[in-house]
Amino acid sequence: MSHFLRRQRYLIDFTLASLGRRKGKNLGLLGVYTLIVFLLASVMLFSQSLRREAGLLLENAPEVVVQRMVAGRHDLIPAAYLERIGKVRGVAAKYGRLWGYFYDPAVQANYTLLVPRDQEIKSGEMIVGAGIARTRGLGAGDYLTFRSAQGQSFAFRVADVLASDAELVSADLLLVNEADYRAFFGIAEGMYTDLALEVRNPQEVRKVAEKLSVMLPDTRPILREEILRTYDALFQWRQGIVFVLLAGSLLAFVIFAWDKASGLSAEEKREIGILKAIGWETADVIRMKFWEGALVSLGAFLLGYLAAYVHVFFFDAALFAPVLKGWAVLYPQFRPQPFVDGLQVATLFFFTVFPYTVATVVPIWRAATTDPDAVMR
Amino acid sequence: MHGSSANARPHRPGRAGTVPLLLLGAGLLLFTVTLLDAAWRGNDTALASSRQLVARLGLTDLALFTEARYTRHLSQADRHTAFQDHPLALDHFPSGSLVPPPARLRQP
Amino acid sequence: MIRLNDISKAFNQGQPNEFWAVRDVTLDIEDNRITVLRGPSGSGKTTLLSMIGCLSRPTSGRILLGERNLSGLPERFLTQIRRETFGFIFQRFNLIAGLTVLDNVMLPAYPLAPDHGALVQRATALLEQFGMGSKVASKVEWLSGGEAQRTAICRALLNDPQILIADEPTANLDTRLSQEFMTIIGELKAAGRTLILTSHDPVVSDAPCVDRVITLRDGQVQAD
Repeated sequence: MSHFLRRQRYLIDFTLASLGRRKGKNLGLLGVYTLIVFLLASVMLFSQSLRREAGLLLENAPEVVVQRMVAGRHDLIPAAYLERIGKVRGVAAKYGRLWGYFYDPAVQANYTLLVPRDQEIKSGEMIVGAGIARTRGLGAGDYLTFRSAQGQSFAFRVADVLASDAELVSADLLLVNEADYRAFFGIAEGMYTDLALEVRNPQEVRKVAEKLSVMLPDTRPILREEILRTYDALFQWRQGIVFVLLAGSLLAFVIFAWDKASGLSAEEKREIGILKAIGWETADVIRMKFWEGALVSLGAFLLGYLAAYVHVFFFDAALFAPVLKGWAVLYPQFRPQPFVDGLQVATLFFFTVFPYTVATVVPIWRAATTDPDAVMR
Repeated sequence: MHGSSANARPHRPGRAGTVPLLLLGAGLLLFTVTLLDAAWRGNDTALASSRQLVARLGLTDLALFTEARYTRHLSQADRHTAFQDHPLALDHFPSGSLVPPPARLRQP
Repeated sequence: MIRLNDISKAFNQGQPNEFWAVRDVTLDIEDNRITVLRGPSGSGKTTLLSMIGCLSRPTSGRILLGERNLSGLPERFLTQIRRETFGFIFQRFNLIAGLTVLDNVMLPAYPLAPDHGALVQRATALLEQFGMGSKVASKVEWLSGGEAQRTAICRALLNDPQILIADEPTANLDTRLSQEFMTIIGELKAAGRTLILTSHDPVVSDAPCVDRVITLRDGQVQAD
């Protein structure tokens, strides 16, 4: 071991032995510190992971969705619009979508009813998302009865349950065939919820949207890039809200840590005097204190971050998933994929380790430069 | 235990730094492991079935917030949809998350 | 040989409460001798001692350690000289509470960063030499006055300094322990070290091993 490392090791030994003298207090500090890092890191990792997942999943969403607006509200769109669009350059395919919501008073949950484009479902049957199956305790072969828009009872037989590893996008889905859908909601033939267009060349999407708004003035196009942007912003905003809520406790901790780290007791001042008198340099004293701050904050950072990693990616962020997911009855059960953004981790590291270390070292500066003969007086 | 016999080797007490430094080293190691784990597992293979479903059904949104239509299909909603669906729905706009819906909407 | 040339020391210089603790002291302290600075409290003996031990600087005058002039040296060099040349035994021992006897004794060597095993060996050997072998792992706050004193002596001797400085070493000891302490001091002199003590305790100044007693009053040397 080089002289430099050996010297740092001695300083670390001393500073840890000093901390060990007030074990309870210092462990308590470390615990609170770790908890703060844990909460921040959990929010960060969870939001980051969801953001990445939303981006990857919705890459496959339709390039353009055309909604009809009536008096400022989303309305059904006639199939004739498909013909009016005709042959817009760049549009590879166009089709009408049928989907809507159904509020199930039995469990106070909102379902999303949807007609799949390329899958035949027998009349009177449905395919349910894993979230619905769990909430209502359903399996293939079970029946579920809903009251339709006209007040009649519709009994659907569960033909299948969607894969549970796709719950993030399908927890509340309820797939039925077109005829059942129209009969259940009372939607006339020739009407769709909205239209979806496939545009192969991403460069042409904006052009297509411009043409559509001229051709169909009572519609608004929703582009896939807007969808992706919406989700990108959403998780940033949710993360921001949690950070704001945490700011209060963070501030309390900062005050506590500042007081703890910077308030030098007479006892500590005397010890610094002793160390200087027996031959420690001012720089040694400052380095020793630096190690105290660095080790405590690094320890808290590592503990907090590791706990957060396990919490988010192995325990599905169980602690505050309800907060981030909203107030829905149907929670999708899913395990976030471990997407970690190096820059975010670096930022977290900087904002947790650096201030505490500075708060420890700065006040020592003055005490360490006092004359060593103070201990003689 | 110590100094009991003259010929005993000099007493070598544990250094105060040993255990904490070892723990810190283990922590750093685990930290690296998380980065490796993220690099290894953090891709879209586990999302394959969801991605396929999105493409097949033409889905536009995540089923994260199913309480109301403007949160369920966030990207399809407009600014004025709030308070029209679930009577207990909370707005996804900042003010909506901080202020509860009007009392008359909360009656069953 | 330590040479003090017209040494004066003022506190709060230039302020209304300016106070000269030491005035125009000229002294030679010879090697391998026991020198005692005697005088009532406030006579300036501790201030003088701290200047000799490089803990503080004189306001005016020069201190020569051998051929080297200490007065003009920057703090880093003073610290180095203090570490290599002087060992300190303080009035209240000034051990660091909460640490073990061994840790306390090893502290002066930390900035030098010797091999840890060798350092433990050196410190343990010293402690055994002073009959503290069984207390190595005890916390210092559990020690009796005499044990704390001996721990402080071991700490002062760890870096093998040529000169040992003790400020009122017997102030917290009873007569028997004070005499014991003076025996140790005599042995250290026999081992070739220079010792400088302050005390107003007759057990110290009247001890047979003491070579020279310097009396101070109001910051000035009175008589040999």
